[in-house]
Amino acid sequence: MNEVKEISKENNSKGIKPVEETSDDMKMLDDLTSSEYKWGFVTDIESETAAKGLNEEVVRMISKKKNEPEWMTEWRLKAFRHWLKMEEPTWPNVHYPKIDFQNISYYSAPVQKPKLNSLDEVDPELLKTFEKLGIPLEEQKLLSGVAVDAVFDSVSVATTFKASLNEKGIIFCSVSDAVKDHPELVKKYLGSVVPYTDNYYAALNAAVFSDGSFVFIPKGVRCPMELSTYFRINSMDTGQFERTLIIAEEESYVSYLEGCTAPIRDNNQLHAAVVELVALDEAEIKYSTVQNWYPGNKEGKGGIYNFVTKRGACRGNHSKISWTQVETGSAITWKYPSCILQGDYSVGEFYSVAVTNNMQQADTGTKMIHLGKHTKSTVVSKGISAGRSNNSYRGLIKIGKNAEGARNYTQCDSMLMGDRCGAHTFPYIEVENESSKVEHEATTSKIGEDQIYYLNQRGIGTEDAVNLIVNGFCKEVFKELPMEFAVEAQKLLAISLEGSVG
Amino acid sequence: MLSIKNLHANVEGKEILKGINLEIKAGEVHAIMGPNGSGKSTLANVLTGNKSYEVTGGEVVFDGKDLLDLDTETRAREGMFLAFQYPVEIPGISNATFLKTALNELRKYKSLPELTPREFLERIKEKANILGLDETLISRYVNVGFSGGEKKRNEIFQMLMLEPKFVLLDETDSGLDIDALRIVSDGVNVYKNEKNAFLVITHYQRLLNYIHPDFVHVLYKGKIIKSGGKELALELEDKGYDWIKTEEVEIDKA
Repeated sequence: MNEVKEISKENNSKGIKPVEETSDDMKMLDDLTSSEYKWGFVTDIESETAAKGLNEEVVRMISKKKNEPEWMTEWRLKAFRHWLKMEEPTWPNVHYPKIDFQNISYYSAPVQKPKLNSLDEVDPELLKTFEKLGIPLEEQKLLSGVAVDAVFDSVSVATTFKASLNEKGIIFCSVSDAVKDHPELVKKYLGSVVPYTDNYYAALNAAVFSDGSFVFIPKGVRCPMELSTYFRINSMDTGQFERTLIIAEEESYVSYLEGCTAPIRDNNQLHAAVVELVALDEAEIKYSTVQNWYPGNKEGKGGIYNFVTKRGACRGNHSKISWTQVETGSAITWKYPSCILQGDYSVGEFYSVAVTNNMQQADTGTKMIHLGKHTKSTVVSKGISAGRSNNSYRGLIKIGKNAEGARNYTQCDSMLMGDRCGAHTFPYIEVENESSKVEHEATTSKIGEDQIYYLNQRGIGTEDAVNLIVNGFCKEVFKELPMEFAVEAQKLLAISLEGSVG
Repeated sequence: MLSIKNLHANVEGKEILKGINLEIKAGEVHAIMGPNGSGKSTLANVLTGNKSYEVTGGEVVFDGKDLLDLDTETRAREGMFLAFQYPVEIPGISNATFLKTALNELRKYKSLPELTPREFLERIKEKANILGLDETLISRYVNVGFSGGEKKRNEIFQMLMLEPKFVLLDETDSGLDIDALRIVSDGVNVYKNEKNAFLVITHYQRLLNYIHPDFVHVLYKGKIIKSGGKELALELEDKGYDWIKTEEVEIDKA
């Protein structure tokens, strides 16, 4: 991704603002916080945005805008009525003022021709935006063999490679299209992993979700390319509620990538997505995320509230679901990509790097629910805290009473930069079958001054030294990412922690 | 090449170096000996710019530049190398990545192009051979799981790879058996030439059987109290540091 390279180069040459010097440590921390968000531009594009507020009329309006069939409208309304009865959760280790759900617009879409047949018909301003983000759709289409679905505010803008995927029977389209073109699949699987009753934000999402990606891999097919969705919030005061559904039939395989950015806004914006994965017998789904929503400024003003429900069901025997996430953005991140291991011998994996800086807060981790026999799960979590941020790992390992011979291994490492940030670990373990084996390891360390000195003494500058050390710390997770995504993730990390030592 | 004048330094507010004077020319090997706590390692840390050490007086000129004005990495790029007494571990970063990054920084500083992967690999093979190192070492994480001897050999390997002008060996002999000591010394002797210089810091005379110094200095309580040729090292070995201490007491009295 050449474009991304350009962005990071530009940023590295940017000077670091001078700050009051109190001590070396303070200077290091202040320098750290002077690094700026690089994707904060706003696209000047005409969009159609719904008035603020939420009621049944708004839900009906969204459904109508999308020309949805009656059953879909009904499902949304049921979810909305359920949501009204629910309480906003307060258990995560994050703090923020109460959200006014009536002060958010629930639908925004770029104004354009109603039906797009090819990328050539997409608004050029929009395509330019994706290019700035390092996602040149055209180039990707031609060169890289990554099929891209781009969701801009609420609407899926373009899905590349549709035709070549179709030949193999693979469906990769927006959820809106799937509702129209493949209603039987949507009816069967939508809400089957994350029902609208699941939690507060899942219910809200079910009521107002605007778009997202839909993937179906038929039996025995190995998806020949990585599928990728790029999410972008552009409009002000809008929430983004996308919904992704991936179904891998027997003996199929798919690798799916997800990236996200948003412009700089002074107010907080809500992002409440739902992702559902279904893997049947011997199917494998690999889901990778690089999340870089706007984190707010150094005083903690603005930024995205990222409240997301991601869950995969290993329904089939010998099926496998693997989550890999690199979380550098958002003011508040609250998500637990999870696996329900129903099939015997099914495998769940969770590899995570979560970086918090300045005033960011993250409460993230996973749930591994072992139901089938000989199910296996691996959890590797790397938390890096800098500035005045707080980074929590929260994980549940549950071994059901029929999960004979189930095994889990959890490794949870935290790295602190400076002494004003926090790292917390909340492991929950529930075991109902005695033949299972659950292992948990946790470490917390401060970035080593002796390591930095050692690298300095070999001619490596402090910034590069910190990057090397941090990348080494995250190695086990980065190696799970597809190659070009791993490169992007490393650069993102470098930018997030830019100027970290004085 | 290196000229130290009246160097004073503190560690955590306590004065450790109390006026060091030392002249080292290209092609020379100097040894600094002294009992524990005399300031040997402090000198190494001060010369390489460790921020935990505070220079309170004096000057150091390295190749015509005011050394104390430069930060650690610039001193390294100028050609100063410290073989650490306790090399640190860096998990997740391979020796190859580490050395390539370091080497390219040095080359960039000298306005040289980066080495091609082929050139880099050839250099690794050549230098690893000198030290009888297993080439798989290059893919292992920096010093992680290395034995004490392997860590010291890895330091000398880095020296051969980076080709510094001035090398500080900080107690490189500690924890080495006789075979490892010979290998490490061979590495140093292969590298030694008319253009570079060495400062060998050691507690024992043993290392100097393998690396022959042109000059030997005795450091005691933050000062060089005696200088001489390599026979001084043998004399110290014979009589122990107490001999120097009593001599110093006599100097103090006089």
